Amino acid sequence: MNDVVKIGSGAGFAADRILPAKDLAERGDIDYLVFECLAERTIALAHLERMADPAGGYNEWLEDRLDAALPSCAARNIKIITNMGAANPEAAGRKTAEIAARLGLKDLKIAVVTGDDVVDALRSHDYALRERDTPVSAISATFISANAYIGCEPIVEALQAGADIVITGRTADPSLYIAPLIYEFDWAVDDWELLGKGTLVGHLLECAAQVTGGYFIDPGLKDVPDPAHLGFPIAEVEADGTFVVTKIPGSGGRVSIQTCREQALYEVHDPARYYTPDCVADFSQVRFEEIAPDRIRVTGATGYPKTDTLKVSVGYRDGYIGEGQISYCGPNAVARGRLALDMVEQRIKDAGIETVETRFELIGVDALLRGAREARAAEPAEVRIRVAARTRSLRDAKRVGHEVEALWLNGPAGGGGATKTANEVDAIASVLIPRSIVTPTVSYLEV
Amino acid sequence: MKLHAIAHARAGDKGDISDVSVIAYADADYEFIRTHVTADRVKEHFADIHCGDVQRYEVPGMAALKFVLHDALQGGVTRSLNLDIHGKSLSSSLLELELPERRTGPEDSERQRDRPGFSSESRLVGVSNLASSTRPTPQRADSASTLGLDGVTEDR
Repeated sequence: MNDVVKIGSGAGFAADRILPAKDLAERGDIDYLVFECLAERTIALAHLERMADPAGGYNEWLEDRLDAALPSCAARNIKIITNMGAANPEAAGRKTAEIAARLGLKDLKIAVVTGDDVVDALRSHDYALRERDTPVSAISATFISANAYIGCEPIVEALQAGADIVITGRTADPSLYIAPLIYEFDWAVDDWELLGKGTLVGHLLECAAQVTGGYFIDPGLKDVPDPAHLGFPIAEVEADGTFVVTKIPGSGGRVSIQTCREQALYEVHDPARYYTPDCVADFSQVRFEEIAPDRIRVTGATGYPKTDTLKVSVGYRDGYIGEGQISYCGPNAVARGRLALDMVEQRIKDAGIETVETRFELIGVDALLRGAREARAAEPAEVRIRVAARTRSLRDAKRVGHEVEALWLNGPAGGGGATKTANEVDAIASVLIPRSIVTPTVSYLEV
Repeated sequence: MKLHAIAHARAGDKGDISDVSVIAYADADYEFIRTHVTADRVKEHFADIHCGDVQRYEVPGMAALKFVLHDALQGGVTRSLNLDIHGKSLSSSLLELELPERRTGPEDSERQRDRPGFSSESRLVGVSNLASSTRPTPQRADSASTLGLDGVTEDR
């Protein structure tokens, strides 16, 4: 058994940068490289791709990532764990075998985890939607997909079977990181304190650069060195769950107490009750200690027994959104922008465009900003109007953009840079289902 | 003084819920933000988005407060009409919150003076009615259910 297990983070979302992962694979002192590539909606979009192409539906950057990292990982005996399988882990597994063969790599065992797709379970029982007053049947007419957030067990099983690469669908983000710790340290799957610590390892690393200075910089207040070359993080974990967060020497960015605090608290709601498929983690007593530059020692996480339910992301189609934008600058730009918004609002009514919900806002003034608006500075040098509307038809969504585009010839003076979009909305709702009805399975491919 | 002078923030989302962390740069400022950045103040600050219940969690070990804003994203990342569908920028917006002047220790004062954008002049801008009208608020970690802003029903 290793004294320390070193895990690198190779991606924090579906379209994350690839060069930092290549750097980790080539010269990072790591045993595992984890690519976390699924956000709430990603898997529903992937299901739509799979409907269009039965061989598709996995992460579109899979090949680029493996081309960048797999040769080094194979040469340096670094195992890869990823949820890039998205809506089609089997196809992602076959593609991975194909890529490995093309790269001339041999003796690789690829594990594919399936079973997170729970469409049948949702068709057989009408579960309540979370955060809403309606059940699943309320959205069943436009249903796309249903995937349960599964835990670490199938990945542990794959590692025990000698897998070099593990590809999953909707495995929960931190579970990708807990699995190698359970496997390497032989942690009990009901040692809730250790699983809570492992969850924090995963939580701090799962968003990649968000703990090394990404999504952090506020010039003059929170600066990091060489931000263009932010490195991705590494966790060096001991058998008792104590760990150090660091990054490759020479890479850009910084691992500090501040970056760790921001990421530890990110999206957890109650820091003392963070629900995952593997445990209920408690980060409320966590302590960060800077033991050297870019080396933060982490202690104090714990956990409680996992719940009897799993969260499911349900994808469904939810109407259309049409949007148009155009910019104004120079003297009186705000007044011309406001007038343009008023004109488009009237024209949408006059044209009989049926909308369900609308936005009329000035980017640069009031599109993002929520609160404290009264303290705003002088008029901005330029503004951009934004009109967005939810509609029941694609045609009406397109007509919203047309009315904004028509400001070229029919609007206030000096409008420039008009753009328009119209898209079907692929929305997500979530439900809780009994854990007992979800049965993940692992299959293997050998190269 | 804006909250920005003494704290940093990060926002995330799950479904229609926004989740905003506020972290004091100096551990010594934690009690100050705990006193002044209440669930009520945050709900009031975000009155424009008509969010529901605001819960506050205290994390003294990280000098941090965590705000969970329910029904805050107009449908959530997958269907919201908002330009910022995730509500990520709510973090920066919250750092505009006006607080009473903080008399920090010499080290902290020097640190703040050294920051671009934090001249004594700019730090005083906006210390106005909002700050002086800041009223003591109950230190609840549960909700801001009594404000009734814009007729929104907050109880969930």
